[in-house]
Amino acid sequence: MAPIMKVAVIQFPGSNCDTDCEAALKSFSGVEASIVWHKETSLAGYDAIVLPGGFSYGDYLRCGSIARFSPIMGAVRDAANAGILVLGICNGFQILCEAGLLPGTLQRNTGLLFRCEHLHLRVDNTATPFTSVLHKGQVLDIPIAHGEGNYFADQETLRQIEENGQVLLRYCDASGNVTPEANPNGSLGNIAGICSHGRNVFGLMPHPERVCDSLLGGTDGRGIFQSMIEAIQKTKAK
Amino acid sequence: MKAVVTVMPKPAILDPAGVATGRAMEHLGLKGVRSVRIGKSIEIEVDGATEQQLHEIAHDLLSNPVVEDYKLQILS
Repeated sequence: MAPIMKVAVIQFPGSNCDTDCEAALKSFSGVEASIVWHKETSLAGYDAIVLPGGFSYGDYLRCGSIARFSPIMGAVRDAANAGILVLGICNGFQILCEAGLLPGTLQRNTGLLFRCEHLHLRVDNTATPFTSVLHKGQVLDIPIAHGEGNYFADQETLRQIEENGQVLLRYCDASGNVTPEANPNGSLGNIAGICSHGRNVFGLMPHPERVCDSLLGGTDGRGIFQSMIEAIQKTKAK
Repeated sequence: MKAVVTVMPKPAILDPAGVATGRAMEHLGLKGVRSVRIGKSIEIEVDGATEQQLHEIAHDLLSNPVVEDYKLQILS
């Protein structure tokens, strides 16, 4: 049987969550995941693209600032513009912001610490290809691991993404309350993940691929990948 | 051509590293620290580039216009 979904996981020099993403994706039936080196220039035939976490180019200059000019990024941009699903996790989120495929940027955590821990996220919008199997207000337990995850956008941009429902995940407490104490990095509005205006590009600082197997401490990350699979199935059924 | 690009966080942007460094200065006995901002200085030696090209590089690669301003100085 042909795979339901072919996913490219882009590997930049310094990516370190690429094989975790590949393994998480392959744990879903019908998903074929391949690592694609950043020097490639085509992503033809893929149904979705994942930009994994890590420290591309050693985070030199700014996180994601050099990776955004990698040869593959032309194909990522074309795919995003064509409506293909693009998921950026952690460093992948930073790269998508640097590339202008998502608004705003990720700055140094206000506390200056590299935060590596499990925390809670509230799902704020389920009408997207990345969150459709979740329910609004659901609290997910997904770990973060970053030093630069402090989401910032100017006031006008922030107003637009809030009004347009582009904020999909916010840091919250175990009961789903979005509080300053639950904010690990100083992100405006406790923002943990946003999607593009067209809904097909999603970036988040937490690592859903690390909670896709109960042996590894949880399965709360699976809903994001499951949503993507269902969205692609629906597209193909048309 | 020699040039220096100075990249600084925009005035409205919180610079946590600058704040922490300012506190360390006070800890070392420096009184009256009002503000510390940390940026980058990038020295470039390049043949055959135009000033316009360097502005583009400074804008597109060396700085993030969302949170940073840059200044380009041509030295020679």
